[in-house]
Amino acid sequence: MDLSLSTRTVGDRTVVEVGGEIDVYTAPKLREQLVELVNDGNYHLVVDMEGVDFLDSTGLGVLVGGLKRVRAHEGSLRLVCNQERILKIFRITGLTKVFPIHTSVEEAVAATD
Amino acid sequence: MPTVELLFSALPEHVRTARLVAAAVARRAGVDEAVLDEVRLAVGEACSRAVGLHRSSGVDKPVRVLLTEDEKKFSIEVGDEVPITPVNGSAPAVPSARGDEPRPGPAPAEDSEADDEGQMGLAVISGLVDDVEVIEGENGGLIRMTWPTMAP
Repeated sequence: MDLSLSTRTVGDRTVVEVGGEIDVYTAPKLREQLVELVNDGNYHLVVDMEGVDFLDSTGLGVLVGGLKRVRAHEGSLRLVCNQERILKIFRITGLTKVFPIHTSVEEAVAATD
Repeated sequence: MPTVELLFSALPEHVRTARLVAAAVARRAGVDEAVLDEVRLAVGEACSRAVGLHRSSGVDKPVRVLLTEDEKKFSIEVGDEVPITPVNGSAPAVPSARGDEPRPGPAPAEDSEADDEGQMGLAVISGLVDDVEVIEGENGGLIRMTWPTMAP
């Protein structure tokens, strides 16, 4: 399975809906998408991971890179994820402390800090 | 003798194939269904790391994955063919945990990125798998991961 990406704007947030597998092969596509959004001036991102079947450390690296980019503009990067298998990877790497992780896009969009 | 042996060109697009094969063989071997996600992730991390090492070192050989079913355990070995070599003619590197040693390569920036990703991959593997060994050999490194299997 490949990676699917779609973006939409909700208020001042840009929601990136990700589907499929984020791994060493597909992660560069996600990286490009995040870089492009930030270059276009979108600094408040919500990455919806509900459709993600697989995430590895390469994918984590891309998300951390995205966070670094938006923070340089005082922006934010929030994740939406309810899947235990994906959340586990954030937990074992300690990244649950780095990323705000929400249970729904609505909650992530409404969050302010 | 391994139950299944897989050789693949060091390209990112083949890592998914290795994950699928490893998970299928693990399931047949009797690895707990609940652990299969971990097997998939761990073998993917090990293969991604090997692919990164081969590419950053310009090694043209394939990555090797051995899947071995024993009586009460299932093990996966992922081997790369990137030997530790002295950098810039400095003293020979002392074998240690893979990733600690700087590796020679055409572009230092890319190298350090590949190393960082390799380190993160190792961190994930050691967080996921209780029984893991990282072995350095003269001709390359090997990550061996073992899981218990259930009685059929």
